[in-house]
Formats: sequence, C-alpha cells, structure tokens
Amino acid sequence: MNLRRLQNNIYLTLMYAFFYIPIITLIIYSFNDTKYSLIWRGFTWGWYVELFSDADLWISTWHSFILALMSSTIATSIGLIAAVSLYRYRFLGRNILNGLIFIMILSPEIVMGASLLILFSKLDLPLGFFSLLLAHITFCMPFVIVTILSRLVSVDKNIFEAAKDLGAQDFLIFRRIIFPLMLPAICASWLLSFTLSLDDVIISYFVAGPEFQILPLQIYSMVRAGVKPEINALCSVLFCLTLGLVLLAQFALRKKS
Amino acid sequence: MKRDQNFKYFSLSLIWFWLFLFALLPTCFVVATSFMPPHQNDILSQTSTLENYQLVFQPLYLKIFQKSFVIAGLATLICLFLGYPFAYLIARMQGRLKNFLLMLIIIPFWTSSLIRSYALIAMIKTKGLLNTFLLSLGFISGPLPLLFTNTAVMIGLVYNLLPFMILPILTNVERLDSQIIDAARDLGANRMTTFRRIVLPLTLPGIIAGCILVFLPAMTIFYIPDILGGAKSILLGNLIQNQYLIAQNWPMGSALSTVLTLILVSLIIIYLIATRGNKKRDWM
Repeated sequence: MNLRRLQNNIYLTLMYAFFYIPIITLIIYSFNDTKYSLIWRGFTWGWYVELFSDADLWISTWHSFILALMSSTIATSIGLIAAVSLYRYRFLGRNILNGLIFIMILSPEIVMGASLLILFSKLDLPLGFFSLLLAHITFCMPFVIVTILSRLVSVDKNIFEAAKDLGAQDFLIFRRIIFPLMLPAICASWLLSFTLSLDDVIISYFVAGPEFQILPLQIYSMVRAGVKPEINALCSVLFCLTLGLVLLAQFALRKKS
Repeated sequence: MKRDQNFKYFSLSLIWFWLFLFALLPTCFVVATSFMPPHQNDILSQTSTLENYQLVFQPLYLKIFQKSFVIAGLATLICLFLGYPFAYLIARMQGRLKNFLLMLIIIPFWTSSLIRSYALIAMIKTKGLLNTFLLSLGFISGPLPLLFTNTAVMIGLVYNLLPFMILPILTNVERLDSQIIDAARDLGANRMTTFRRIVLPLTLPGIIAGCILVFLPAMTIFYIPDILGGAKSILLGNLIQNQYLIAQNWPMGSALSTVLTLILVSLIIIYLIATRGNKKRDWM
C-alpha cells in the first residue's frame, strides 16, 4: 500500500515537473547575463531594460491591451445576457443555440479564423482593429457563456419565482438579483476572456492587418527566429501577467461556491 | 408585462444576431468557397466545382492528411495514457492540496501555448537542458538531435494539450459515485476488473471529450510544427494557413477546413452516442 502511494507521488511529481520545468527555466534564463549559452553567467536586469526601451513592442502591447480590454468587456456583456437567456427562457432554437456554443468551443481555432477572414472580405471590412475586435469577441463569448451558465445552475430557482411574485419584471430581476449573484462569475469570465484575447495567435493571424500589430503575433514572429534572452524576458512578463489574471479568475470562481 | 417581453426579445435577438453573423454565416461562406474554382477568392462567381475536394485526395494532400492523423492520433494516445491516471489521482484527492494541484493544471490551460512552446526550445535543443542533463548522467553518449524533428513536434503537442485531456476526465471522475467502486470490490472484483468493467465505461464520456479537445488542435495548431518542427513538419494546420494566407488559394483552404469541420462533427456524434442517457454533459 505504501509502495503504491510512493509510486503515485513520484508519478505526480514527474508530471508537474514536465509541466513547469520549461516555464521556470525560461523565467530563470531571462535573468542570465549572456546572450547565447545556457551556462549561468550571473544575474542581470539587462534584457528587461532592453525590452522596455523597444518602442515597437510598446505599441503592440498597447494595441493588445486595448483590444483585450474591449473584447473581453463586450464578450462578457453579451455572454452574460446569453447565459441568462439560455437559463431562464424556453424559446425556439434553444437547443440549437446550446449546440452551437458547444461546437464553437470544440472547433479548432483555425476554422474560425479562416471563416472570419472570408466574412470580413465579403463585408469589405479592412483587416485591422475592428476585424480583430469582432473576432476576439466571437471566440471569447462561448467561454463566458459556459462559465456563467455553470454558476447559474447552482442558484436556487425559487429566488426568481419570489421576485416575480413580488412584481419584479425581468430586467429588474436581472439587475437586482442575477447581476449581483453572478458578479464573481462575471469577473472570472472577464479575466479569462482578457487572457484569451491577450494570448490568441491562430485566429489573430488570419484577421490581423499590417497596420495594427499586436503582441502575440509579434512574439510569434520573434520566436520563429530562435531563442534570444529578450524573448525570454518578454515571454516571462506576459506569462506572469496572464498567470496573475488566471489566479484572480479562479479566486473569484472559488469564492462563495 | 410588456417590458418583460422586451428584455427577453432584446437578449435573444442580440445573441442570435451575433452568432448568425459571426459563426453561422462565415461557416456557410467557407462551404460555398470550397466549391469555387482554385484561386477564385470571390464567392459571387457563377461556376462551382468539386475540384478542390478531388485535390484533397491527391497523393500530395493525402500524405499531409495521413501524417497529421498519425501525429495527432499518437499525441492523443500519449496524452490519454499520461493524463488518465493523473486525472484519476487528482480527482480522488481531498482538501486544500487538491485545490492547489488542480490550480496548477488549470494554469497551463489558460496561459499562452505559444510561450509554453517557446519555452520547450531551450529544453530540447542540442545544447539544451535535457541533453545536458542526460549527458551528465551518462544515459546518452552524444546529444540527441531533437529540435526540428517530428519528435519535437510530438513533445510540443503533448506538452501543450495534456491539460485539455486531464480536465474533462477529472470532472468525470469527480462525479463518479465511489460507492459503486466499493460495491464492486465487495462483490469480489479485483482492481483490474473494477477498472475495466466499472470505472472505464463510466468515465468514457470524459475520455472522448478529452480526445476531441486534443486531437483536433493537435492537427491544427500551426505554430507548434512551425517553431519546433522546422521545414519538414507540415501538418494540416500549416497547410490550411498556407493556402489562405500565402498561396491565396481560399477555395482549397476552405475545402480543407470543411473536411476538418466534418471530422469534428463526426467526433461529436460519437461523443453524443457515448453519453446517450446521461443528463449531465458538462465536461468543462
């Protein structure tokens, strides 16, 4: 019995090592004072200083930030309304809507990227900020709906009945009951959408234009050139940032559950 | 009562409008484009043809399909064998440690897989950490040429997609009633029989969901073969991206994308058949 437990623990440790050693190594080497080798040559902030003085990088960071801010806000708003409707109303095509959201989460990103590229060309929408915004809202929304819906089903349905009996209309119920109750889930969805938008490569690759450079795509083109300490530093910053957002989101979801 | 209905209609029309315009309509466009003659990027053209689909079955494309299937299939199997016991052990844990370990699996799920793939380069390159480690232990006599091979692509895929296999199985195991397992043991079934006859069938929905979440991205995340595999490793995702953005051959790209969607639909049908009768299908 003890042997089995030991085996299990070794196996779990190895798995977590597999998950985390590459990332931890990346972060450690972003402080290494040498350009090419893996040998530790001492601690430096140099790569970060270099990073922060790169004007192009600041522009694409700003673009990505604005894009993530707007797309996560809009996606969360529409997703919230969608989740509430799916939960509360029985309507024609409800199952179709459910199925569509399910398929959107499962389908490979490349399919959505390609289809949106064709759509935007048919709509004569130039590729740039707006094409990216619409695409990011669309791929974040299903995740918002699923996150909020999974919290909504744990709410006591009698609350809505009571509110209705007391004369509250749907919008009032939404504003005074659902919104406050769902606030943790709403925050979590917003944070997760923000990270999804900040990290997305595949869909953005299809619908980005030359005028509006964004961070993940810039990282992609840098990474293709090979390992460099500046990229280590950039990736470490972005990883730690998204890590913080994910932890916040999980914290919001755990609370009062 | 009037305003009541207003809120409902406003919500429903907003969602339907958005999903129609940005999900259903574009999909129809892709299917329509896939029947256009090659390099004809305007779907308003009159002629339609099956040429692109015939091309999919030409040796050149068929080979890429085959290779994608093999690599993605292998990656899925490795994820399943590595991930299933892991998910099972974590799901059966209790308390704070479990929450912490769970969090450590959710983090890779949400953080950038591009960054995590990049982090792998430093691990597996010729003078990387893995080779240095193995050399110093004396397991190998010379450095393994891993980077820019299919093995590197496989490692990259498994590394990135493993959480997508673990999480659905984990939720599935958590919902498993442990009394059923106890009952089986009481009735004399050994560990192996209990697993094969009780646990495995009951966690099949989680396994299938995990396989869908790993298999399709494994074929289509084009940046993993691109940065870890070098020029030789062309998978389906690279091909589609190439057809759309470099060759500017949207009809061919659309045909490939449509085939991919059909694969997804058939996998979902398998999933639905396997979960028939289950009321709860929430797997995330």
